[in-house]
Amino acid sequence: MAAPFDLNDDSVVVIVGSGAGGGTLGTDLALKGIKVVILEAGERHNMEDFVNNEWDSFAQLAWKDMRTTSGSWRVHKNFPNLPAWIVKAVGGSSVHWAGASLRFQEHEFKTRSTYGDLDGANLLDWPITLKEMEPYYARAEDRMGVTRTNGIPGLPGNNNFKVFESGATKIGYKEVSTGHMAINSQPRNDRGACQQIGFCFQGCKSGAKWSTLIAEIPRGEATGNLEVRPQSMVQKIEHDASGKVTGVVYVDKDGKTQRQKARIVAVAGNSIESPRLLLNSASAMFPDGLANSSGQVGRNYMRHMTGSVYGVFDKPVHMYRGTTMAGVVRDEAKNDTKRGFVGGYEMETLSLGVPFMAAFLDPGAWGRSFTSAMDGYVNMAGMWLVGEDMPQETNRVTLNMDVKDQYGLPVADVHFDDHPNDVAMRNHAYRQGAAVYDSVGAIRTLPTPPYPSTHNLGTNRMSEKARDGVVNRNGQTHDIKNLFVSDGSQFTTGGAENPTLTIVALAIRQAEFIAGEMGKGTI
Amino acid sequence: MPTLIDRRGVSRRAVLTGIGAAGALMVSGAAVLSPREAWGLEVAALKPETMRTLIVMARDIYPHDKVPNRFYAVAMKPYETDAAKDPALKALVENGVTTLDTLAMAKYGVPYADVGWEEHRVALLRGIEDSAFFQKVRGGLVVGLYNQEEVWPIFGYEGSSADKGGYIDRGFNDIVWL
Repeated sequence: MAAPFDLNDDSVVVIVGSGAGGGTLGTDLALKGIKVVILEAGERHNMEDFVNNEWDSFAQLAWKDMRTTSGSWRVHKNFPNLPAWIVKAVGGSSVHWAGASLRFQEHEFKTRSTYGDLDGANLLDWPITLKEMEPYYARAEDRMGVTRTNGIPGLPGNNNFKVFESGATKIGYKEVSTGHMAINSQPRNDRGACQQIGFCFQGCKSGAKWSTLIAEIPRGEATGNLEVRPQSMVQKIEHDASGKVTGVVYVDKDGKTQRQKARIVAVAGNSIESPRLLLNSASAMFPDGLANSSGQVGRNYMRHMTGSVYGVFDKPVHMYRGTTMAGVVRDEAKNDTKRGFVGGYEMETLSLGVPFMAAFLDPGAWGRSFTSAMDGYVNMAGMWLVGEDMPQETNRVTLNMDVKDQYGLPVADVHFDDHPNDVAMRNHAYRQGAAVYDSVGAIRTLPTPPYPSTHNLGTNRMSEKARDGVVNRNGQTHDIKNLFVSDGSQFTTGGAENPTLTIVALAIRQAEFIAGEMGKGTI
Repeated sequence: MPTLIDRRGVSRRAVLTGIGAAGALMVSGAAVLSPREAWGLEVAALKPETMRTLIVMARDIYPHDKVPNRFYAVAMKPYETDAAKDPALKALVENGVTTLDTLAMAKYGVPYADVGWEEHRVALLRGIEDSAFFQKVRGGLVVGLYNQEEVWPIFGYEGSSADKGGYIDRGFNDIVWL
């Protein structure tokens, strides 16, 4: 049962966003007996309403509100108003994610110490270690039902995986499997097993894939302590004369402006909206935006080093059949500077349908080189390359004062330039990806540029010292004790791994901290 | 509103206007006709010659020899629909086609759609590929062509699968040639 809380109830925790971070945090707090209101900008869909059609689903789920871009990244040229492919709906991007759930490696929490001082990179060690995170990773894996943990078997390999596995093994890779996936390989937690539908990015219609929409929020709501208000776009976080936050102003589903009071506010709107909200909440007391005494809000925007390789064969693959991303090679994930770059990358199976393949294979390209590749669609196998990119202060989410959204607020501008380390890693990954497919007889391989970002990270980074970042080791802002950040924007650095598992583990840890501090009366 | 694509066949008044790329596409009255594929596309906002050129241009941008012209016509149809409501778009399209025809006439002595070799037409398109007109046509086409469910089987793509129970019993792991 949803628990409607009063707008003037200043004892509630208000969470902005219902994705992997916000949805998990809200559910955990509710389970601990704390009253929570989640304000979600998007609509609430049922899993039955998801659509097995890429563009229709994009229209249903994607964040399409105006944004702008700048910088030398190709997304700026090809998709100037779509820096990120993320979700505006209850469940956030956990509705859209592919399910890959990998823990960070030890050194990825200590990049400044491990990689040293890299020109142009704003590297910093996390104020948390892998050892401290391990118990929370374990809880996250259990809760999300991650395959190959907790005695859960791996998913069966689909056609795309079989090509990938065969090629990877042939060129000597050892760590090849159908991965650690938060997709049920057998029924668990009242959710059934994967039906190999495909369309993992379009919202799982069988419920086998974990999302906060189906696996967390209903549990929180059942306690009577959690209320989720969809179509509620937060405009501003307010504070009192002492500098403590007091609530948020939002526009509700009927277009009416409302003010929800709060004891604590947690921001979890993904790494573009979260800093935007802090910046748009500037006041006389905080002229540069909330929690921004370091000047780091919006900076160090990371999107992972990404790229894809598709291999075209002389016989059918039907890569789109079955689980989209159940396949990983981890051999390149380690830090081995002999390759000419720091950090590492994962190779993961990936497929797109014909409509998105046409849009993303080589955006803007036309003519026979492009169409002959499309003609090979049924014979294609595909992989995604995802690795650690370097945080740079100049890669940044700022307010574009010249462009306003439907509420009259400045939109986010996302500026991004690759670091030379990102370029070196991508080139290595393209070569290795092509070698995987070449070894099993690819006629042609297609190095495909990064898509609009799905992994948006780092814009409210965690730091030990207040001057280096926005939040402390608990996601609590350095400047304001009752203001938290609960999404991937907390990441100090990005790691090579898909971020959702780490976001969920951090949310579980943060819920424990917030409940503890509330109990002690410190916030 | 004009019929999307009707299969009324070829009117006797249809005029074969060229023997080039567009030889398979004729203009008759206010319609573009494909006798071979037995469809016609009526236009009102745009000139029929313009629509014929757009369809040829669409195929030159994304040439798939196994994809019949009707899919390109369906992809170009929204420009007619939108031009009826949007004078600026109408001007962009009509002027863009005029420019293309002017370039073709100067080099080959025939309008764009009647230039015989794809390679030659593509060279003309390369000359205007940064223009707002070209970008508008290509940008709409990449969705308008590849997002047609009827075209997917030509590429071996099966589309929606949840309604068929997914692929768990329908070949998700049926690859045999590895």
